[in-house]
Amino acid sequence: MPASTLEVQGLSAGYGPTRVLEDLSFSVAAGERLSILGRNGMGKTTLLSSIMGLTRHQGGAILLDGDDVSRLRGSERARRGVGLVPQTRDIFRSLTVEENLLAGIKDRPGSVIAEAYEMFPRLKERRRNLGWQLSGGEQQMLSTARCILGEPSLLLLDEPLEGLAPVICDELMIAFTKLAAGGSMTVLLVEQRIEAALDFAEKVVILERGRIVWQGTSTALRADDQLIEHYIGVGTLH
Amino acid sequence: MQIEADTRSIPALPKHRGGAWRDVAGILLIAVAGAAGYFLFPDSLALLTRVTALAMLALSLDLVVGYCGVATLGQAALFGAGAYAAGIACVSGVTEPLSLLLIGAVAGAAAGLVMGGIMLRAHGLAQLVLSIAIVQLFHEAANKASSYTGGSDGLAGLTVGPLFGIFAFDLWGRTAYLLGVVILVAVFAALKFVVASPFGMMCRGIKEDPIRIRSMGAFVSPVLLKMFVISGAVAGTGGALAAISTQVVGLDSVSFELSANALVMLVLGGIGTLYGAIVGTIIFMAFEHVVSAINPFHWMTMVGALLIAVVIAAPRGLGGLVARLWTPSRHGERP
Repeated sequence: MPASTLEVQGLSAGYGPTRVLEDLSFSVAAGERLSILGRNGMGKTTLLSSIMGLTRHQGGAILLDGDDVSRLRGSERARRGVGLVPQTRDIFRSLTVEENLLAGIKDRPGSVIAEAYEMFPRLKERRRNLGWQLSGGEQQMLSTARCILGEPSLLLLDEPLEGLAPVICDELMIAFTKLAAGGSMTVLLVEQRIEAALDFAEKVVILERGRIVWQGTSTALRADDQLIEHYIGVGTLH
Repeated sequence: MQIEADTRSIPALPKHRGGAWRDVAGILLIAVAGAAGYFLFPDSLALLTRVTALAMLALSLDLVVGYCGVATLGQAALFGAGAYAAGIACVSGVTEPLSLLLIGAVAGAAAGLVMGGIMLRAHGLAQLVLSIAIVQLFHEAANKASSYTGGSDGLAGLTVGPLFGIFAFDLWGRTAYLLGVVILVAVFAALKFVVASPFGMMCRGIKEDPIRIRSMGAFVSPVLLKMFVISGAVAGTGGALAAISTQVVGLDSVSFELSANALVMLVLGGIGTLYGAIVGTIIFMAFEHVVSAINPFHWMTMVGALLIAVVIAAPRGLGGLVARLWTPSRHGERP
């Protein structure tokens, strides 16, 4: 499946009657990488969940390759090529690594699991380990690998580095960069580690209280320490 | 591209031991145990044939309860559908045993489609209540349609032809038992394949986290419905086997009590392994056979005491207990 274009037009969404996202608009070209930044509780995870169809749609449109998918259920969006690696990782804890991967291959042959093992050799060593026995980094690898086996055209990564050791973070970011570099998928990354997020993406969106307060290139943001300090709350980047 | 993880937290696992070979060994073990039963208990082959039929009922229950997490106390509806379909076909002139088994499987699958279609509209306790209502409706339908089913007198007069035109269903139950063992082994092998397939993993994923499965692009209800149909085919085959071997179909084959007994068998043996269904059926039936001979009035009390003991001592059933003792669980490896 080739990479998808994503266009979000005036999106409002939330949970029940609560509105978390308010009139968001941005677009991502096919094969492009976008980082979504902002302090905690500003709606970053809700934005990814809304694109995935897991929150209550309250207005606006989500165009995937030009088609409005905002009324589709999460499973239907996934079939259209949207893949989410959630913040909670959400691996199946009672299944082994291999069984987790098998659950994610959809209609593809079982042999494609080799692709996941090639990407993350450690998973091959752990293939008969139950999900709950994996370390945080391994769980993240498994969650990512399972999602990738579904061949998403739009990959949503929700804080994949949270709680991981720096060395694992570096390795995962290298993996994400290589995955996206082929141009076979469009990637949206929500990440608190701003340097990693800026290194990864060409474009950046900053959210505050459910609204987009800035969008532009990562190069432009990197050059503006005041902006970073104001909206994200970290000092000068190194 | 190769990414290495921090491996400090967990020791490396032992070498892969080949789950497929273990499954082959398990299937062979069932076949050998079946053959041993033939020679060790030649006077109890009718009972052992009943065990093979009920083992299929327990296996079918394991598919929906153990692998999909669907609560049901109505599985006998599927077993009874297969039994009555085979019985009615037989008295209508179809006497070839494999054809009768096929008819039973198709009827069970159809009943599974109906039952799943209704039950999957609810969750939790409501789902359980629906399953009880369905089996009671099946029971009542079988009772009222007495011109086809024999009603409370049962459907008698089944005359099954010889297997392959050679092996007649004799008084000692040898043909029926051997047929039952072969069918059980074949069904077990097929189910092992099903539960290890991506579809089987999807079912287990649904049991653990249906929302995650939805966001992976799968539709939960159709997947579960497919498993209900497979489960119905297995239970229906068991019902047809029971009808062929006893040459009578009674209302007890579509009763709530049989459904509850099947669940007890499954809990005894262990849920979600397939092996547990067979082990539980053997233990339950052997216990019932021995204890009811000793005390025909209070044997269910003894069964209840056994169940309490097993649930307290081994919450995952006897199969789970054996697996825990046998495997290096400290590594978290799949038994």
